[in-house]
Amino acid sequence: MVLLGLLLLPITTALLAYLSGNTRVRNGLLVGTAAAHAAGMGYLWIHPDLTALGGWMAVDALGLMVLTVLSLLFLAVAAYTMGYLQHDRPRGGRVFVSCLLAFLAAATLVALAHHLALVWIGMEATTLCLAPLVFHRRDRRSLEAVWKYLVLSSVGIGLALLGTFFLASAQVVGRPLMLEDLLQHADTLQPGLLRGAFIFLLVGYGTKMGLAPLHAWKPDTYGEAPSLVAGLMAGALTSCAFLGLARVVEIMAAAGQAPFMRPPLLALGITSLVVSAAFVIGQTDLKRLLAYSSVEHMGILVLALAIGGAGSYGAVLHLVNNGLIKGVMFLAVGNVVLFYGTSEAASVRGVLRRAPWSGFLLIVGLFAVTGSPPFGLFVSEFTIVGAAIRGGDVWLAVAMMILFAIIFLGMAKMILDVAYGEPIEAAEPARESVSLIGGPLVLAALVLGLGLYLPAPLRAFLAQAARALGGSAP
Amino acid sequence: MQPVHDLLLLLVVLTNFWVLGTTRLSATIRATAIQGMLLAGLPIALYPGLSLHIVGLAVGTFAVKAIFLPFLLSRAIREAAVRREIEPLIGFTPSMLLGALAVALAFSIAPQLPLPEMRSYMLVPVSLSTVVIGLLVLTTRSKAVTQVVGYLILENGIYVFGLSLVERVPFLVEIGVLLDVFVGVFIMGIVVFHINREFDSLDSARLTELRD
Repeated sequence: MVLLGLLLLPITTALLAYLSGNTRVRNGLLVGTAAAHAAGMGYLWIHPDLTALGGWMAVDALGLMVLTVLSLLFLAVAAYTMGYLQHDRPRGGRVFVSCLLAFLAAATLVALAHHLALVWIGMEATTLCLAPLVFHRRDRRSLEAVWKYLVLSSVGIGLALLGTFFLASAQVVGRPLMLEDLLQHADTLQPGLLRGAFIFLLVGYGTKMGLAPLHAWKPDTYGEAPSLVAGLMAGALTSCAFLGLARVVEIMAAAGQAPFMRPPLLALGITSLVVSAAFVIGQTDLKRLLAYSSVEHMGILVLALAIGGAGSYGAVLHLVNNGLIKGVMFLAVGNVVLFYGTSEAASVRGVLRRAPWSGFLLIVGLFAVTGSPPFGLFVSEFTIVGAAIRGGDVWLAVAMMILFAIIFLGMAKMILDVAYGEPIEAAEPARESVSLIGGPLVLAALVLGLGLYLPAPLRAFLAQAARALGGSAP
Repeated sequence: MQPVHDLLLLLVVLTNFWVLGTTRLSATIRATAIQGMLLAGLPIALYPGLSLHIVGLAVGTFAVKAIFLPFLLSRAIREAAVRREIEPLIGFTPSMLLGALAVALAFSIAPQLPLPEMRSYMLVPVSLSTVVIGLLVLTTRSKAVTQVVGYLILENGIYVFGLSLVERVPFLVEIGVLLDVFVGVFIMGIVVFHINREFDSLDSARLTELRD
C-alpha cells in the first residue's frame, strides 16, 4: 500500500495541479505531496521489506538510498519553488508544478521497481517530465538546450532499452526481468548476451548520468533550465540513472562477470574526471560549473564501482552525499540568479554582502562539494580512494587525488570571486525569504552531519547495498 | 524459398540504405513509413496463428510507426518548407559504405548472441545493424527532421530485437515501448516546430550558441 501510495500520490496531485487555476492551491499540492512522500520514505526505513504488484515493486537497500535522496531533495526543492515562483513566475505555472510532481512519481518508480522493464519506463518518464521545464524560458538558448537534452537522452534511453532486451534474452529460468530471479539464477545467464546487456545499459544509463564523453547535453541543460530543475536533475535524476546502471552491475557481480565490467567503468570514470577538470578551469558560468562538477561526481561513482570492495560502500554513500549537496549548490546559485538576473560569474560579485545567507551557502557548498572535511563527501571520497589503494590501484588513487585538487582550484576560484568582492553596482540588499534559504540550509546541515557521524541504521543499509553490488563494508 | 519474415527483415535493411542514400527529406520520411509497415508485418510473420496479442501489436505498430509518426514529420517539413538535406558531415557514399560495414559486422557478431527462442537467424543482425545505421543518421545529418528519422530507425532496430521476446515479456512492456516512442517523438515534434519558428529553418547545426 505504502509503495503504491508513494507512486500514485504524486501522479494524482500532478493531475490536480494541472487542473487547478489557483497558485496557492498548486503550491499547497506541491509541498504537501513532497512532505507526504518524505513521510512515506521514513516509513520504509522502519519497514524495509514491503513489496507491491506481485514483486514488481519492492524495497531494497540501494533503492531506499536513492528514494531517500529523491525525497529529501524534492522536499527542499518544493519549499524553494514557492519562493521562486513569487520572483519568477513562468508562463504556465500549472505546467511547472505538474511536471515537478510527475517527475517525483517517475523517479519514485525507478527507485522502487524490481522489474527492469519498469525501471526503464520510469527512466524514460523522468526524461520526458523534465523536458518542458528545461524549455521554460521559451527562448533560443533554452530551445537549443532542450533539443540536445531530448535527442541525447532519448538515444541513451533507447540503448538502455536494447540492453534490457538483451538481459531478458540472456535469461533462461525465472520470471523475465525480475531482479530477484535474475540474481538468484545469475549463473545460468547466457554470458554473451549478458555482457552485451551490460555495455548497452552502461552507455544508455551512462548518458542519463552524464558520464563523459556522453555528457554533451549536461552543461547546456543545467545552464538553461531553472536552477531548481537543474538541482533536481543533478541530484535526483542522475541518482536514478545510477540506480539503473547499479541494477545490471548487481547482476553482473552475481554472475561472476566483475572482471569484464572493470575496464569500461574505469574508462568512463577517468574520462569524466579529466573532462570535468579541463572544463571547470576557466569556466565562466556558475550553472555550467556545477554541471561539470556533476560530471565529476558521476565519474567518481562509476570509478568506485570499478574499484569494488569498500569502494562499493563508498559509492552508495557518495550517491547520498552528492544528491544532497547538489540541492544546496543549485538552490544557492538559483538565489544568485534571482537577485542578479544572471549566472555569468563575471557579472556577479559580492554575494556575501548583498545576500549573506546565499553567499554563506555557496561557500559551504563549495567546500562540501569538493570533498573537504568535515563534510560527508570527504568521508565517501576518502573511502573510495582508500579502497583503491588497498585494492592495489595506487595509480588510480593518485590520479583521482590530483584531479580532485584541480577541480577544487577551478571551483574555488569562481565561487570565491562571486561570493567576495565588491558588488559591481550599488544595489539594495536582497530579500532572502525563508523558503529560498531554508531548504538548502537543511540539506547542507545533513551533508555536514553525514561527515561527522553515520547512524547505525544508515550504515547497515549502506553495507547491504555494497554487498548487493559485489563489494563489502569497510 | 526464404520464409516471409526473413524477406521482411531484408527489406528493413534496404529501407535503412534508402534513408542513408537520399537527399530528399520527403523520401526519408517515406522510407520510415514503409519501414513501419514492414515492422508491423513482422510479428504476424514470426508468430503465425493470429493470436489477439500478436494482431494487437501489429495494428499498434502500424498505427504509430507507419501512419502517425511519418504524418507528424511530413507536417514538420511542410511548415518549414525545407526539401533537401545538405551535404552531411559524412557524405552520402561514405555513409552508405559505413552502413554496409555495420551490416557485415552485425552478421559476424550475431552467432555469439544466441537467442533462447530463435525464430529467425536474421533477427539479431538486422536489429543491430538498424540500430547502428540509426545512430549514423542521427549523428551525421544536420536537419532536425532527419535526426528524428535517425532516432526512429534506432528505435525500430530495438523493436526488431524485442520481437524475439514477444511471448516471454509481458504485454505491458510492449505498450510501454510504443507509448514511449510515441510520446518521445511527439515532444521532439513540438521542438522541431519551435526550432522552425525561432530559427526559420530545421537546421539543428544552427543550434550552436551554447558551447564552452
